[in-house]
Amino acid sequence: MTFVSQLVLALLEGTVSGFILALMSLGLSLVFGVMRIVNVAHGEFFMLGAVLAWWITTATGSFLAAVIVAPLAVMGMAIAIERVVLRPIRYSPGATIVATLGLLYLLQQMTLMLYGPEARAVTPPLGGTIELPWFGYARYKLVLAAVAAVLLLATWGLVRATTLGLRMRATQQDPEIAQAFGVPIHRVYRAAFALGAGLAAMAGVLVVPVQQAHYLMGLDGLLLSFMVVILGGLGSIGGTVIASFLVGWIDGIASIFFTPTVARIAASLVVALVLVVRGGGLFGES
Amino acid sequence: MLSVREGTTLMSTEKLTRREMLKALGALAGFGALSRFLAPYVYAGASPQPPIKIGLQAHRTGIGAVYGKWYERTARAAVKVINAQGGIAGRPVELIVEDDGTDPKRGIEVVEKFALEHRVDFIFGTLFSHVVLSSAPRAGELKIPYLVVSEGYHVASGKLNRWTFQPGITDVRAQVTAIAPWIVRNLGKRIAMIFPDYAFGYDHRDFFSAAARKLGAEIVALVPIPPTETSFTKYFPRIPRNVDVIYHVMVGPAVLTFVREMGEFFGQRRPKLFGFIDSLEGVDLASPGLEYLEGSYLWEALPRYAGQYNTPWEKQYREAVGVDANGASKTDPKDVSTYSHMFGVWETLFVIKEVVEKSGYRGPKDYRAFVETLEKIEWFEEGLAHPQGPKRFVGKIHQAFGQQFISQVVGRKLKVVHRTKIEDGMYKPEADYTKQPL
Amino acid sequence: MPTPWRSILTLHLGILAALGLLQFVLPPFHLAMITRVLLFTTYAVGYNLLLGYGGLMSLGHAMFFAAGLYGAGLPVYYLGAGPGLAFLSGLMASLLLAALVGALSLRTTGVAFSIVTMMFGQVCYLVTISLNRITLGDQGLVLAGRLAPVRVGNWILPLNAPSVRYNLALLLLATVLLVTLWLVRSPFGRVLVALREHEERTRLLGYDPFPYRWLAMLVSGGISGAAGAAYALLFSYVGSAFAAVLYSILPLLWVLLGGAGTTLGPLIGVAFMTYAVEFASRVTSAYLVVVGLTLVLVAIGLPRGIAGGLRGRWWWLP
Repeated sequence: MTFVSQLVLALLEGTVSGFILALMSLGLSLVFGVMRIVNVAHGEFFMLGAVLAWWITTATGSFLAAVIVAPLAVMGMAIAIERVVLRPIRYSPGATIVATLGLLYLLQQMTLMLYGPEARAVTPPLGGTIELPWFGYARYKLVLAAVAAVLLLATWGLVRATTLGLRMRATQQDPEIAQAFGVPIHRVYRAAFALGAGLAAMAGVLVVPVQQAHYLMGLDGLLLSFMVVILGGLGSIGGTVIASFLVGWIDGIASIFFTPTVARIAASLVVALVLVVRGGGLFGES
Repeated sequence: MLSVREGTTLMSTEKLTRREMLKALGALAGFGALSRFLAPYVYAGASPQPPIKIGLQAHRTGIGAVYGKWYERTARAAVKVINAQGGIAGRPVELIVEDDGTDPKRGIEVVEKFALEHRVDFIFGTLFSHVVLSSAPRAGELKIPYLVVSEGYHVASGKLNRWTFQPGITDVRAQVTAIAPWIVRNLGKRIAMIFPDYAFGYDHRDFFSAAARKLGAEIVALVPIPPTETSFTKYFPRIPRNVDVIYHVMVGPAVLTFVREMGEFFGQRRPKLFGFIDSLEGVDLASPGLEYLEGSYLWEALPRYAGQYNTPWEKQYREAVGVDANGASKTDPKDVSTYSHMFGVWETLFVIKEVVEKSGYRGPKDYRAFVETLEKIEWFEEGLAHPQGPKRFVGKIHQAFGQQFISQVVGRKLKVVHRTKIEDGMYKPEADYTKQPL
Repeated sequence: MPTPWRSILTLHLGILAALGLLQFVLPPFHLAMITRVLLFTTYAVGYNLLLGYGGLMSLGHAMFFAAGLYGAGLPVYYLGAGPGLAFLSGLMASLLLAALVGALSLRTTGVAFSIVTMMFGQVCYLVTISLNRITLGDQGLVLAGRLAPVRVGNWILPLNAPSVRYNLALLLLATVLLVTLWLVRSPFGRVLVALREHEERTRLLGYDPFPYRWLAMLVSGGISGAAGAAYALLFSYVGSAFAAVLYSILPLLWVLLGGAGTTLGPLIGVAFMTYAVEFASRVTSAYLVVVGLTLVLVAIGLPRGIAGGLRGRWWWLP
């Protein structure tokens, strides 16, 4: 393949994976930013979204049903977790890590027991490929990108233009002062956590027709999301989104020139060095 | 005080008199002594001998979980059959299963648990190479026979120890050596290889390249893929346009994506495909996204679909393990088995039986006899004990050699198109465990 | 109230002595288990120095453990090095890595620091996979049969003898524990803690955080590497699995579980997790559910970790 066509492919793929990463990272950014906790089990919301999507699609034959129901179900779970686990430990950073690690094991193992160790696929709701001069590209992936874009815009709108969004931003800036101004912190936390989980789950749902649903799929995404959130800068939605695409594109383009392992090494080093030079990430507050 | 109507039992709530107690004790003792004496005669059907304990190191969780599940099922089925036949040397087999999480550190712990706590006679069943490599040396240190069902080349390479064997399944080097001629002859001389970027993949890369080059083929591209990769489209551009056949072996949950993306990328201009069932173990060939495999070829160790290798023993084996005609669980047609690997577990258990009985093994003191007897065996005849086919066993490298199958995907199922001979895969032994001290 | 160092020292020596005596009553399976617990405790102690005392949460510490592991294992495998030399080589490798990583990562703090260390950790893991012609990547290298026994004076101690292993692991832990105790008590340690508690104020007093933290990272990485080197030599296996993210998360878990900022916390954390998994797996094949549940409950019930909870009662615990 010519270099230009390889580049086009790399950019296309990078964009699609960038969108998925953006959804997942945005969720993490909200949780991280508003609640200042590290949720090690964030990747499991992604996995649960995928697994539930498979289950619903297989049971009802409708992928659309999965798109609506799965994220809601995961959000429900997140609300329960927030109430039962996070609030009692008062969001203390150390304890949250231990607790969410426990949740990670719990969720993974329960999924293993109920869903099994296999990876299962779902037929894309929109089949067929778009034939470009050098290669074919799945139509569904383009749809995925469009849907993800809409969701990202919606989230941005929510954060910028609604009361909830205002409260979340206030809480993120300074929880004590926000409370002094009458912001119901606990409800904000709950909303942020649920929203974060919902976004991750949505990413999982959208990705199922492209990858498969597998009980261990949450781990890889987790690492990347953390990378993206910090790179983009804590508290910056735009930063998170841009960083997601950067990571997606760097990964894709590097793969043209290097073996995948070396490409990953390069990507990780780039992120590390950006952070060393600009402690607050590309767009965030230091 | 109990009323008379409630009856008096031996253990009534009234105080037992001393005399009654002594009588009871005496009766018990006498009965006990008598029964031990009578046992061989009275319990003619049941075996009063201590069981032979065999430990299964299973990948119940972790990336190997699909295999672990089926390995365990097959082991239990084999034990059932063996015990129904009277056990091993008249002793019942007790199977103990531990999970190693497909993790090398945990593998070492499991080996220790088997040897030091459960005190099993034999340990078997490990599949993933990195776990075998960490666990086998520990088994060697603890001096307990360790029979792996792994397919890896590590046992035969001489890197392990004299306590480690692989008598139930063939290794990758033999597999690719055996099928290389068919591929080059029937599919083409310009070959691109896609393989996982770790141990198992390197075995394919190294041994297949060597075998193919000897036959005049050219390896036009080598594409290693990280085992955790979830998206493959970006790798396909590395494959040059003039390739005849893509040789692909992928492991892990991303296989369906791999095949689908390969289909999307190449579309109509696709080259021939040769893959390994390893990529699709536990996966239904009729899954969405696998349409692209239609007409392509896959290596199998034991054909998944019934009737493709039609022997009475294969039928019996399939029946015993509970696998239907499509290679899935009889109780759940969606639960597809790892048919080209799990037979190794079955055959290994029968190998243990054969060797114990031949060597007169009675306990750990007889390990030397066990090892030496197994090393001297040259053939495992085909039969219920070896349903995959006859095996040539090379004692020097502790490895079994067997036939391989090449199947074509036709109508979303597999049809065998070629069966190799055992000699096709044999190579010169590069080590000699028999010379090592025990 | 002044810290009763005498009591602290006595407590530590007492526990070490108890561990020493334990080997005579332990059945062989548990002897091997505890040997591993001792090694991983050493790793956790190293990690705790940076987290508990330095206040810096590294998410890539597996790189130091792996540096020790490979630093000891590769010379044995390819050059036939003896155990003493191999151990030193592993230690050196991890110290060098810690020096380098520290110089770069310590320009950041807080969450950025965590991510930078995570990135470097990932890079090291990927390097072990990428250089697979040497390291054999995931598959790993088996050292058994290539290791000469340790020679002390007239004694010859083969490294695969269970009692030799146990005592060497104990010796390493004892050394590391006492060194940490001494460090924590020293002026250096006190500045480190002061920086953790009130960085601004400490700076105002004229202390530059960088050299203190860099030194802490050096010691932390070195201890972790020593644990890795010991693991390679005692358990004969060197593989990429130990450089993966899981082995960076485990010490964090152990330390938090046991109680960060306590010297005995790591021991408690490692022992607890190891035996929780062990007991759970006897009861059910879904032992990770039990482990997960336990972690959640401990986090809720004992937010400062087990030792932290104990310290609530006996405030003077280190």
